[in-house]
Amino acid sequence: MSTLSPPAQKVWWKQPVDRVEVVWIAIALTWSIIMFIMMPLWHVYGKQNLSNEAYRTTPEAYMEKTEAMVADYQVRTETDMAIPVVQPPPGSDVYMFGRLWQWYPILELKKGETYRLHLSSLDWQHGFSLQPQNINLQVIPGYDMVVTITPDTSGEFTVVCNEYCGIGHHEMVGKIHVVE
Amino acid sequence: MTVTATEVSRASGPLFRTCPKTGLVYHKSAETLMKVNAVAAVVALLVGGVLALLVALTRWPAVHLLPADTFYQVLTAHGIDMLIIWVIFFEVAVLYFASSTLLRCRLATPRIAWLAFALMVLGAVINNVAILNGDSSVMMTSYVPMPANPNFYLGLILFAVGALLACFIFLGTLVIAKAERTYEGSIPLVTFGALTACIIAIFTIASGAIVLIPTWLWSIGYISDIDPLMYRLVWWALGHSSQQINVSAHVAIWYAIAAIVFGAKPLSEKVSRGAFLLYILFLQLASAHHLLVDPGVSSEWKIFNTSYAMYLAVLASMIHGLTVPGSIEVAQREKGFNKGLFEWIRKAPWSNPVFSGMFLSLIGFGFLGGISGVVMGTEQINLIIHNTMYVPGHFHATVVVGTTLAFMAITYFLVPTLFKRELILPSWAKWQPYVFGISMSVVSLALMGAGTLGVSRRHWDMAFTDAAIGYDYSASAYMLMGVGSFAGVVAVIGGAMFVVVVVGSLLFGKRVDAPAHSAERPPMLRRAEPGKADHSGLGVAGFSAPGTFVFALTFLTIFVVYYFLNWKYLASVWPMS
Repeated sequence: MSTLSPPAQKVWWKQPVDRVEVVWIAIALTWSIIMFIMMPLWHVYGKQNLSNEAYRTTPEAYMEKTEAMVADYQVRTETDMAIPVVQPPPGSDVYMFGRLWQWYPILELKKGETYRLHLSSLDWQHGFSLQPQNINLQVIPGYDMVVTITPDTSGEFTVVCNEYCGIGHHEMVGKIHVVE
Repeated sequence: MTVTATEVSRASGPLFRTCPKTGLVYHKSAETLMKVNAVAAVVALLVGGVLALLVALTRWPAVHLLPADTFYQVLTAHGIDMLIIWVIFFEVAVLYFASSTLLRCRLATPRIAWLAFALMVLGAVINNVAILNGDSSVMMTSYVPMPANPNFYLGLILFAVGALLACFIFLGTLVIAKAERTYEGSIPLVTFGALTACIIAIFTIASGAIVLIPTWLWSIGYISDIDPLMYRLVWWALGHSSQQINVSAHVAIWYAIAAIVFGAKPLSEKVSRGAFLLYILFLQLASAHHLLVDPGVSSEWKIFNTSYAMYLAVLASMIHGLTVPGSIEVAQREKGFNKGLFEWIRKAPWSNPVFSGMFLSLIGFGFLGGISGVVMGTEQINLIIHNTMYVPGHFHATVVVGTTLAFMAITYFLVPTLFKRELILPSWAKWQPYVFGISMSVVSLALMGAGTLGVSRRHWDMAFTDAAIGYDYSASAYMLMGVGSFAGVVAVIGGAMFVVVVVGSLLFGKRVDAPAHSAERPPMLRRAEPGKADHSGLGVAGFSAPGTFVFALTFLTIFVVYYFLNWKYLASVWPMS
């Protein structure tokens, strides 16, 4: 039972390596390096990358910015809770926050235009999960994360909360409309 | 009557027994401690299994058993009891086995080992009671600023202190074995693997202390606030690195079972030990995997820390994935099963649960857990996976099919030799690894599929019945959640079969004759017999393990195709920069 016994050689480091191992290690290492290179490569040639732009913020300051945007660009309200629907101009800073248990406000974006989407939380951690695109971002209180997005499909998109945030977690759903 | 001084020291010295069938040497105190830790592990597995059934029956859309608050409570307890309590109790037993038993050495400070055990039991109970009270349904990760009852953190801290003591007892036993020359040369490969697990465990528990002690102080009001991002960074140095303890431990068990069942020798000690070393050097900072879509950490940090430039830890697992079956292949070919590529595996003892459990663990861990783990740990691909059902899909392949099934397999070996009982219900034991391993693999695949379709993890109601704004997941997403939950129920049955066989054997199994403990010092553990210098004459085209090599290339092909499929899927979502 030799994996249960001390190695046969006094200096196990000197035991010759089997050919099958050498070939496999060479193949596996090559693949590992390819997988590493794919990530920086995608930053250069790929279109789906995070900006690394983030700021410290407070719930109060962030809410103030969001409310200012809502006051400027609200077009209507939706749902029984009268959540404002905001149509911000293309290229502008768009604010959305998660709180227990709501995404606020509802956004209406133009297809093919680019927006600076800000995300933060006013209380606990939340998860921004855009369906059916399946784009998932962590939303952390105290951090204002900026993602420059270009919706390239139109329709109604749903923001599900996918970071557990307490008993109302499964009721925390938001909307983003993308219009032509 | 007078007694001589030597007799006194003999009477109070360590007592050993040698298992006549396996030749393994058990130090009496270590033996009892291994037993109690293994039994505590199985109790946690039993509790966690009942909770698993409730989780599966609630996430099964057609059943939707529990109300929301109970579901989140049960899910929290399931995570803690399985991922922490079951796995770590068993690992403590493995550490004691790999040091005291394999090195034929007395266990260092058995009294402190009892203290460690008591702390772990106490911690587990305190934590579970806090969850049971209903004010600590915060999931295993307990992300701040969502608060739990202070006892939730306190229980985890006590448990971790106990586990840390057990690590030091393992190291102390290695020191004693060296000093008392209980073995010749270097420590065996399996002990080396356990040492890897122990070193990673110490790093992990230190990270746990750094994050959980302040969180506990925060929960009782001594600290005003904790930065949630900092919490995530340090918590995952606990949360993910602890999974590397499991990997090291179960890989060590794979090697042990290859030797126990086949008499397999490592293809080369250098490669296998080198691969364990890579785990220590490159796995323990894996917290980056969980922060790939977080604000406040840069892409440079994410890319480097998720891969260390060349995925050397992944390389290490790919090496073990070749060398473990490769060593089995060579052993089988030496026995005469040398025909073609696959005779060695066809003629393997598929009805022996020690082997079948280990082999299913290896396949499931590699093909399902390994590939999915690397894919989701890729910086940009994580955007389409983070916090979806894909994540539980991944770790049910690694921790359940991989670690848990390997632990079950070695348990079938340990019951006769350590507990001195024959297995009851041998036909149950024979089928159990298949029922459990295959159903859990289906769970894993179905959840990964549901995650790819966007279904959220840790979520009570994918139908959003009570939400102000609704959303309809696709019919395939519902179907996959149904399939995954059904397979989950089957897996719970497979787990129950294990508990019945093992607990039944301990209680009612026929006693195995074994010599009593004696004060006589066991003979020194000698070096392995030198095998044939080379394996020429075996295998095909100068490859001693050609069948394994073909398996490995199949694995790599699936890996490459699936990896690039995910990039293609990523390319289809909204551009972001």
